Amino acid sequence: MRLVVALSAAVLLASALIYTSFSAASPALSPSQLLRQAQPGRSYQLTGKVVAGSVRHEGDGLDFSVADRVGGTAIPVSYSGTVPDPFREGREVIVTVEKQGGRFVGERNSLITKCPSKYKTAPAGEKQNY
Amino acid sequence: MADLGRICLLLALVVCAYGIFAAVYGVRTGRVEFSESARRAVYALAIILTTAFAVLEIAFLRNDFAFNTVADTSSRTTPTFYRAAAVWSSQEGSLLLWAWLLSLWSSLALFLVRRRMRDIAAYATAVLLGFAAFFISLMIFYATPFATTSPAPAEGVGLDPLLRFPTMMIHPPMLYSGYTLCTIPLAFAVGALATRRVDADWIKAIRRFAFAAWLFLGVGILLGARWSYSELGWGGYWGWDAVENASLMPWLTGTAFLHSLMIQEKRGMLKVWNVSLVLATGTLAVMGTFLVRSGILNSIHAFGGATLGVPFVVLIGILIAGSIYLVVSRRDVLRSEHRLDSLLSRESLFLANNVVLVALCFVIFWGTYFPLISEALTGTEASVGPPWFDRYTVPLALILVLLSGIGPVIAWRRATLANARRNFLAPLLGALATLVVLVAAGVTERPFALAMFCCAGFVFASVAQEFVRGTRARRAIAGEPPPLALLALVRRNRRRYGGYVVHVGIAVLFVGVAASSSFQHAVEQRIAVGGSTRVGSYTIRYVRPTATITPKEDRAHTGSTLALGAVLDVSKGKRHVATLRPSEGFYDSGEPAQGSVGHLIGGQAVSHISMSAGLTRDVWTAIAPDISTPALQRIVTIGNRTLSAEEAPIAIGVLAREYLKHPPAAEFHFIVSPLVMWIWIGGLIVFGGGLIAIWPAPSTVRRRVALRSRSAHGLARA
Repeated sequence: MRLVVALSAAVLLASALIYTSFSAASPALSPSQLLRQAQPGRSYQLTGKVVAGSVRHEGDGLDFSVADRVGGTAIPVSYSGTVPDPFREGREVIVTVEKQGGRFVGERNSLITKCPSKYKTAPAGEKQNY
Repeated sequence: MADLGRICLLLALVVCAYGIFAAVYGVRTGRVEFSESARRAVYALAIILTTAFAVLEIAFLRNDFAFNTVADTSSRTTPTFYRAAAVWSSQEGSLLLWAWLLSLWSSLALFLVRRRMRDIAAYATAVLLGFAAFFISLMIFYATPFATTSPAPAEGVGLDPLLRFPTMMIHPPMLYSGYTLCTIPLAFAVGALATRRVDADWIKAIRRFAFAAWLFLGVGILLGARWSYSELGWGGYWGWDAVENASLMPWLTGTAFLHSLMIQEKRGMLKVWNVSLVLATGTLAVMGTFLVRSGILNSIHAFGGATLGVPFVVLIGILIAGSIYLVVSRRDVLRSEHRLDSLLSRESLFLANNVVLVALCFVIFWGTYFPLISEALTGTEASVGPPWFDRYTVPLALILVLLSGIGPVIAWRRATLANARRNFLAPLLGALATLVVLVAAGVTERPFALAMFCCAGFVFASVAQEFVRGTRARRAIAGEPPPLALLALVRRNRRRYGGYVVHVGIAVLFVGVAASSSFQHAVEQRIAVGGSTRVGSYTIRYVRPTATITPKEDRAHTGSTLALGAVLDVSKGKRHVATLRPSEGFYDSGEPAQGSVGHLIGGQAVSHISMSAGLTRDVWTAIAPDISTPALQRIVTIGNRTLSAEEAPIAIGVLAREYLKHPPAAEFHFIVSPLVMWIWIGGLIVFGGGLIAIWPAPSTVRRRVALRSRSAHGLARA
């Protein structure tokens, strides 16, 4: 009896988790994927590199373009809210965006930068590892 | 020196291999001398890894840039304090820290049980050495801390400015101590299961280690939160980031275990549950390390270009499969000695607390790994945000705090109406009084926060009642004056009363969390000098700009080239509250392409927040100065064209003067949040309570208690 109660509670929690997470989640896409798949009114996690020379301060907001890690497709994003310290041109960022009309608007305070490149090991050839 | 380090690692691996063999061989054949030798191998490992760690630490302190990891994460301009801490800022260095701490804690654990539980300890030795061997192999084959470059670079890249914060010195070692300590209960659980001796003995042996793991992990998590609040310029202390979650999960299952183990000690119940919790906690701790090291999930902590995913997945797979096999194959000896007498008893309440904690852990697990789950199921990676986590964790946290108030006062075995009335009157009155006061004060718009405050009131009253009753009882027996009686009471029942103090600390902490998240005012605004804005009931005025040039030789500073900031005047009504000075430091990027002047400020920019912290509220401020104005950019461009590297600092001086003379409007971020301070105070109370509980009892007391519990055990069996 107790087992049944416990199990059904667990199943209930699990199904609630599954349902809400799939409906609340925003898919992570690269710029080129986003251009192909974006539907208005849904939010997506855009990941890619900040295009050099694209960062512009507009009033309280920030405009920049995000490009594929490899290849040229870039998407302009208008964003407002907190900008993390490591945010730089050329750095990898993740930002939650929504398609509004023809443009992509970043969700407030959703900008994340991946850890600075200092953590990356130096390109091979420059150093001899042994 | 690097050779010594490499030799140490190779030697360490050999010692591990020998130790594992000796331990297993010794216990299989009953040849005690082999098990003993295996234990000594662990001591030897600790010595070898201490040497290796010392080699690396010395390399950092001596600026030996021949070591790649030193060149990558340190520099001559990095202050000494941060150079010492930079050891664990890299992938390789943190692996070494892990293995080193593991060897130290394992030695201590095995030393303490050297005359007892030979067979269990032998298996535990093998498991612990297995972990050590894994991490040492990673350092030998994947990411060696002793890789060198010849000729050595003249200067290193420097420690990431974001990590130049005092808790950097203790946060990682604390967290890693927590993680490594989690593997000790796991190792002994494996030993107990393998030898089929799953009574309360092994639990007694690792109880203190489980508690220490819990304490270290908790402190580590809290220090991380503190770092995030006062160093990362976003003003929050928790963001449901994957790595934060990873450290919270073993802490939650560890908390559950610390409660349910009491039921096994007292009543011989919940054996399967307990070993499962211990195995899960250890596995989650390894998974936590894996998350940081693999870069598999997006996180501000994820190390770029990390490549340790595959070995970790294999290890975790072995851990999970091994755990399931052991528990299932030993289920005959894991049967409970008693049944639950009543749903209204301390046992069932502990069970409820366990269920809530595990549910909480599961929710966080699901949310954290959701990107992987959704990618596996639907093909696209998707993630859930903080609102999703809050939806589940807030109600679960409420229940948890409430249970932590009920637990201490409900009777073991079966609560009757009479003792319920006797025990619950005061706590209920406490909760009710809190409710009345808060409603009278008009705090009604946030039901969850209100509920949390009432639950906390319940906890405070119930713990206070326990202390008062205990003290009164001691006075009646020993006739001591109240303060002495209280002291004696705590000293004789450290675990119990230390635990109660922890409950109070947790309740205080959650009051801080509930208040600061529900009643926060945040403003982000662009303000020119002389302008002001309102944040909650405060007015903040931008009085004047500031600029500080940090000379390269100045080791006391964290090493930014230029810091631009503001003097802010905070007032409430007509009353002056505080003068705050937030700034942003601009760091050298070391990129010649940015020009002789440009590179000096072209690196990372780091917020130095400024806040007025108080018991009732914090006023938190951060600034993002605008250096992209044409006037300032012109100085950089002209400087790049005309100045050599030696002369470049002159341009920084000109830039600073120009900024002070014609300050452009700056972007500000203000937060006024109530009771944040109580999060840290609650943390300190938890830590204090934890220390009380974990402190070794005087040996006479221990013997007496052991005798009593043994006879109680005998009685219970009879």
